[in-house]
Amino acid sequence: MSIFAKARWSPYVVGALLGVLSWVTFATMDKALGTSTTMVRAVGVAERAVAPEHVAGNAYFTKYLGTEDKPKPWFEWQFALVLMLPVGAFIAAKLGKSQIRESVPDLWREKFGPSKAKRWAVAFGAGALMIFGARMAGGCTSGHGLSGGLQLAVSGWLFTGALFAAGAATAWAAYGRKGANHG
Amino acid sequence: MADPKTLFFGALVGLVFGFLLQKGGLTRFRTIVGQFLFKDFTMLKTMITAMIVGGIGIYAMRAGGADVALHIKSTAVLGNVVGGLLFGVGMALLGYCPGTGVAALGDGSRHAWAGVLGMLGGAAIYAEAYPWVKANLLGIGAYGKVTLPGSTGVTEWLYFAVLLAAAVIGFRALRSFERRRQQPTAP
Repeated sequence: MSIFAKARWSPYVVGALLGVLSWVTFATMDKALGTSTTMVRAVGVAERAVAPEHVAGNAYFTKYLGTEDKPKPWFEWQFALVLMLPVGAFIAAKLGKSQIRESVPDLWREKFGPSKAKRWAVAFGAGALMIFGARMAGGCTSGHGLSGGLQLAVSGWLFTGALFAAGAATAWAAYGRKGANHG
Repeated sequence: MADPKTLFFGALVGLVFGFLLQKGGLTRFRTIVGQFLFKDFTMLKTMITAMIVGGIGIYAMRAGGADVALHIKSTAVLGNVVGGLLFGVGMALLGYCPGTGVAALGDGSRHAWAGVLGMLGGAAIYAEAYPWVKANLLGIGAYGKVTLPGSTGVTEWLYFAVLLAAAVIGFRALRSFERRRQQPTAP
């Protein structure tokens, strides 16, 4: 069986290949893997279409999108990267015949019921909180965790430690021991 | 728009990144939440391995004289820690981080769409809150673009040696623990 048809690869193999991917981006593209800045650019461009003056007057948007006199391209390296993430995952899922259809995860359903609206509302709020935190910290799991961690950046290790502590506390509060024993 | 070559490389990296995340099971809610519940260590194994392989390679290229620049993000202790805490709460409830959440759209997760829309909302809210956050939070414990070897004077190779030793010992112990859990002895 082809390696690409295998549904799941060892975490050590995937981790090593992500490390090698970082070599390539650092050495040939002068870039570090990251994703969350793209959320700022995407929403900034969307807001600019509706309220250009508001975006031009916002210090955070101009930091990434530039000013009217000196605009910075919003469609850049990381934006292209983020757009292709689902495509790469789709190809991997198709080759491995492992694609799922998940509207409400099993563990969530067991604890909080089958309501799609409830799950989706919490997912929306959680996504918002997560990016708010990422932007406050200056990066996410890829920028701070992976890229920052491998460069031994102080910021990356602080962020990753805090995220693990809060993530574990939240997951245990939400699902408890029963969740940990969930099939 | 950035130049086509840059965009092409970004797209290529995204394709490989998304592919690896799916093969690694990281585009799954249960993998991420399972890590926070200490039930499934896939996420930690993947991240630590990537840090060791990636870090040693990049520092070795630099030591060998290659023209490879570091991309260190600024340390602002309060911002990094409070941001990390908020991020962790959101990640545990969503079951994805930003990269894996976007990749999960291609793996068939429907609720990840709500998560990604929320991420855009969170970015919009942060843009409005930025002046306040910058004035009140980001200046506290601001040390600039510092690294662990740079700020402690200890060589990076010692850090990688310790990380590698901890990973080998920790993951071996974890494996025997996982084996024991998989084969419960009869009462």
